Amino acid sequence: MIELKDLHKAFGAVKAVDGVSFVARDGEITGLLGPNGAGKTTTLRMLYTLMKPARGQVLVDGIDAAVDPLAVRRRLGVLPDARGVYKRLTARENIAYFGRLHGMSDADIRERTRALSQALEMDDILDRQTEGFSQGQRTKTAIARAVVHDPRNVILDEPTNGLDVMTTRAMRGFLRQLREEGRCVIFSSHIMQEVAALCDRIVVIAHGRVVANATPDELRAQAGSDNLEEAFVKVIGSAEGLAA
Amino acid sequence: MKTMLTVFLKEVRENLRDRRTVLNTLLTGPLLAPVMFVLLINAIVAREFDKAEKPLPVPVIGAEHAPSLIQALQQMGVEIKDAPADPEQAVREQEVDLVLRIPDTYAEAWRKGEPAQVELVHDKSQRDAGGPVARLRTMLEAYGQQTATMRVVARGLSPTMTRPLVVASRDQSTAQARGGMMFGMLPYFFILGVFIGGMALAIDTTAGERERQSLEPLFANPVSRSRLLLGKLGATSAFAVTALLLSIVAFSIAGQFLPTAKLGMSLTIGMRFAVLTMFVMLPLVVLIAALQTLAAAFAKSFREAQTYLSLLMFVPAVPTLLMSVFPLKTQTWMYAVPLMGQQVVITRLLRGDPVGNSDLLLCFATSTAAAVLVYFVTAAIYRSERLAISG
Repeated sequence: MIELKDLHKAFGAVKAVDGVSFVARDGEITGLLGPNGAGKTTTLRMLYTLMKPARGQVLVDGIDAAVDPLAVRRRLGVLPDARGVYKRLTARENIAYFGRLHGMSDADIRERTRALSQALEMDDILDRQTEGFSQGQRTKTAIARAVVHDPRNVILDEPTNGLDVMTTRAMRGFLRQLREEGRCVIFSSHIMQEVAALCDRIVVIAHGRVVANATPDELRAQAGSDNLEEAFVKVIGSAEGLAA
Repeated sequence: MKTMLTVFLKEVRENLRDRRTVLNTLLTGPLLAPVMFVLLINAIVAREFDKAEKPLPVPVIGAEHAPSLIQALQQMGVEIKDAPADPEQAVREQEVDLVLRIPDTYAEAWRKGEPAQVELVHDKSQRDAGGPVARLRTMLEAYGQQTATMRVVARGLSPTMTRPLVVASRDQSTAQARGGMMFGMLPYFFILGVFIGGMALAIDTTAGERERQSLEPLFANPVSRSRLLLGKLGATSAFAVTALLLSIVAFSIAGQFLPTAKLGMSLTIGMRFAVLTMFVMLPLVVLIAALQTLAAAFAKSFREAQTYLSLLMFVPAVPTLLMSVFPLKTQTWMYAVPLMGQQVVITRLLRGDPVGNSDLLLCFATSTAAAVLVYFVTAAIYRSERLAISG
C-alpha cells in the first residue's frame, strides 16, 4: 500500500506539485491521469525517492520514505519515465544486474527471469544485446528489470508511451496479472482510454493538484455524464495535453 | 561491498564490449606515446649525427688570399664554395648559413706575423645555423693554435708557453641522468596514459548513463548512491591502471629501440621502477578518476563531458612545463603536491637518483588525501536530485 500525504515540490518559481495526496491500495490498479506537465512524473519521482518533497510525506507499506529510503526502494518496482537499458548487455544481463543490486541470488534471478520473460512474451529477445531493440522490446526489458525482485508495489510512469497496439495489449495483460497477484499498482498516463480500461481508481492531476480521486463509475456520476472522456475534461477544465 | 562489486563488474563488462573504448584506452593511448617517442628521438639523433659527420659547406670570399688556411680547412672536412655576391644579405635571407670572408689585407698581416683577421658572417638568431658556425669557429681556432705552436717552436721556445691555462671538464652526470634530461617528458606520458585510460569510462558511467536515460532506473534500486559511485570509480580506475601498466611495459620495450650507443645514455625501465611508479601513481589514478567523474557529472551532455575532460588533460602538463622552464632543485614539498610529486619521483627514478622512502610515502599520502577529498565532493554531487534527470 502506498500513501502520499500533501506532497509539495517547486523548481524555482514553478510549483510542479502543489499538495498531492492519495492512497493506492493492494490488489488495485491506481491510475494517475493528467495532461502533460501536470506534475505526474514529479509526484512519482518523490514516491520512489529520487526527489525529496519540500513538504509532505510518502509511506510505502507504512515505511516513511524520508526515514528509510532504501527500505522503500526495496518494496518498489519502478519503471521511470527514463527507461534506458544498457545496450551492450543482453536483456537477460540487464535484468540480472538489477537483481544483483537487490541482493538476489543467481538462482533466484534465473527463476524470476524465466517467469517474467514468459509473462512479457520476450523469450526470443532474452539473450540478445539490447542495441537495436524496438521501443516495445526495450520497454519489456525495462519492466522485467524493474520487477525482478518481486516487489509488492509497482510504479510505472507512462508504461505504454510509444508502444504499438500489440505491445500495449501485452502490457495491459501484464498489469492485470500484477493486480491479480495482489500487488499495489500505480501507473501514470495522459491517455484517457487506457486509464478508463484498466484502473480501479483514477486520480486526476492538473496544475500540481489532485482534482478528482474516484472509481470510474463515481467519476461518471460526479460529472453527470455517461461518457468518461467528458467527465475528465470537466474535472480538469480543459482537454489540452490529454489524448483519447 | 557486494553491490559495489556488482556495479564494478557490470561497468567493466559493458565497456570491454565496446570496441572503440578498448581500442582508445587500452591500445592507442598507452602505445601511441612510446612509438612516437622512439621515432622522434631516433629522428633527432640521426639528424644531429648526420650534421656532425657530413662535410661542412662554407662559402668563402677571398680564398686566394690564404691558400694554407683553405688547405687546412679542407683537411678538416670543409667544402669550399663560391660565395654569393652580397654575403650579408644572403645570410639575412637564410640563403646560406654562414660566409667566411678573407680580406686582402690577410696575406700581408700573416706574413708580418701580425694578427690576421678573417670575418665570419652569420645570423645568431638562426638556431639551425648555430651548429655549422660553431664547427667552423672551432676549426679556425684550431688552425690558429696550431700555427701559434709552430711559430713558438720555430723560435726555440716550449709550445706550452702559449697555453698557461688548461681547463679539464669533469662531467658528473651519469649516462642515466643524461637520459633523464631527454626523458623529461616520460612522466607526463604516464600521467596522460592514466587520463586517457579513465576518460571513456568516467564519461560513460555518469554523463553517458544519464544521456541514455539509464541513471534514473539505476537510482531506483535499493543501493546508496555513494556505493554506486564507488563501483563506477573502481571500474574507471581499473581501466586507467591497465592503461598505465601497458604504458610502462610499452616504454620498457621502446627503450630497446632507442639509439643508446649514439646517445651515450639509456632508458632502463626495470621491475623496481615499475613497482615504485605504480605505488605513487595508484592514488593519483583514483584522484584523476574522481576528478573526471566529477567533471562528467557536472556536464549536461556526453559531448559537454568530453569537452571538460579534454580540457582537464592539460592539467598534468602544468608541472611538466613548470619544471622544464624553472628547473628547480628537488625539494621535499614537491612530493606533497599531487601530479608534481609523481612527476618528481618518476623523473628521479629514470635518472637513477635516490628517492627516499619517506618521500615516496609523502607522495602517496597526500595524493590519497586529495583523492578522498575529491571523492567526497563527487559523492555530494552524486546525491543531488538534478544528477539523475536528463533533459
